[in-house]
Amino acid sequence: MMAEKTFSIHVNDRACKRCGICIAFCPKKVFSSENGKPVVTNLEACIKCKLCELRCPDYAIVVGGEENE
Amino acid sequence: MRKELEKYFRTEKLPHIWCPGCGHGILTGAVVRAIDNLKLDQGKICIVSGIGCSSRAPGYLNFNTLHTTHGRALAFATGIKLAKPELKVIVLTGDGDCAAIGGNHFIHACRRNIDITTVVFNNNIYGMTSGQYSPMTPQGAFATTAPYGNIDRSFDLCKLAQSAGATYVARGTVYHIPQLIKLIEKALLHKGFSLIDAISICPTYFGRKNKMSSPVRMMEFIKDACIPAKNAEKLTKEELAGKIVIGEFYEEFAPEYTEEYAKVIEKAREGK
Ligand SMILES: Cc1ncc(C[n+]2csc(CCOP(=O)(O)OP(=O)(O)O)c2C)c(N)n1
Ligand code: SF4
Ligand code: SF4
Ligand code: SF4
Ligand SMILES: [Mg+2]
Repeated sequence: MMAEKTFSIHVNDRACKRCGICIAFCPKKVFSSENGKPVVTNLEACIKCKLCELRCPDYAIVVGGEENE
Repeated sequence: MRKELEKYFRTEKLPHIWCPGCGHGILTGAVVRAIDNLKLDQGKICIVSGIGCSSRAPGYLNFNTLHTTHGRALAFATGIKLAKPELKVIVLTGDGDCAAIGGNHFIHACRRNIDITTVVFNNNIYGMTSGQYSPMTPQGAFATTAPYGNIDRSFDLCKLAQSAGATYVARGTVYHIPQLIKLIEKALLHKGFSLIDAISICPTYFGRKNKMSSPVRMMEFIKDACIPAKNAEKLTKEELAGKIVIGEFYEEFAPEYTEEYAKVIEKAREGK
């Protein structure tokens, strides 16, 4: 339970260029689009595959925090 | 950006100049992650490029880097590797830079089997100069200079490299990043000339000219067109039309150029 609480997905709004790739290709539809801006609206569904982070052309996403904390 | 990766970037130069959804940012991230996974010595890496949107990549990377002239990245890289064989030399180039103006340097670097890893950011177009077709533009695709569709046949860069003498050859894409990172790692560990044909996307020019102007649409196109090398073996030429075959194609262990050159120096010194 604690692990679930500390887990997060961070999107750096300043780095993001709103390309839509993370929103479209997350296998679990974790992101929603707010006028093109990715917003994490379904964190519980995330399987931590990190594909969003690996495919972000602007290095704006970091998945997870628990292992760093 | 993930903390562990920051040391590999000139973070003060970010955000990069590339368009929203440009595949070159994704590929640059894959190269950095491959280097990080292998824990290579950052100070012993030299990254070289030519000219193009793709060739701007080393400018954002915190290594020894060299941004050279159009098509000539491999010529400069060859000089660096011969002068300092202990360096790991990586060339980041575009499909135009590598296969058009730089085509001759490319085949001869392959032929010599010099220990350089070349990652071609292949977006099938000249992005920087606004969308002229390249030798990698598929037949039938549109470009600024092919308003009625491209009649040229494109190179298969992997087959070209292999027949010219490259000893590690693979293709990956911006969509299949975990696989691409593994392929780049293998290429970096390989002694000899290694080529990664890394399929990129240029939504701004290739996309716009070919009714796929959104990055998402271009990624979908790549996802749908790709088939693994193993599956491709069973297909006929007709069935393979329009497909992008991805995976590892070739690996061979052959004498490496700088090692052979060192032997020549040795012989000359001994006066034999
Ligand atoms: C000698 C010379 N010829 C032509 C050019 C113009 N030019 C700059 S980049 C480029 C093509 C780049 O295409 P590519 O290597 O595929 O890179 P991309 O921008 O698509 O990443 C050309 C023709 C140049 N800079 N120098
Ligand atoms: S992939 Fe990156 S740049 Fe594109 S919308 Fe998502 S966070 Fe923004
Ligand atoms: S890690 Fe995977 S499941 Fe989680 S948000 Fe990213 S792409 Fe979606
Ligand atoms: S023009 Fe094409 S290749 Fe160049 S930065 Fe834009 S999307 Fe990328
Ligand atoms: Mg190109």
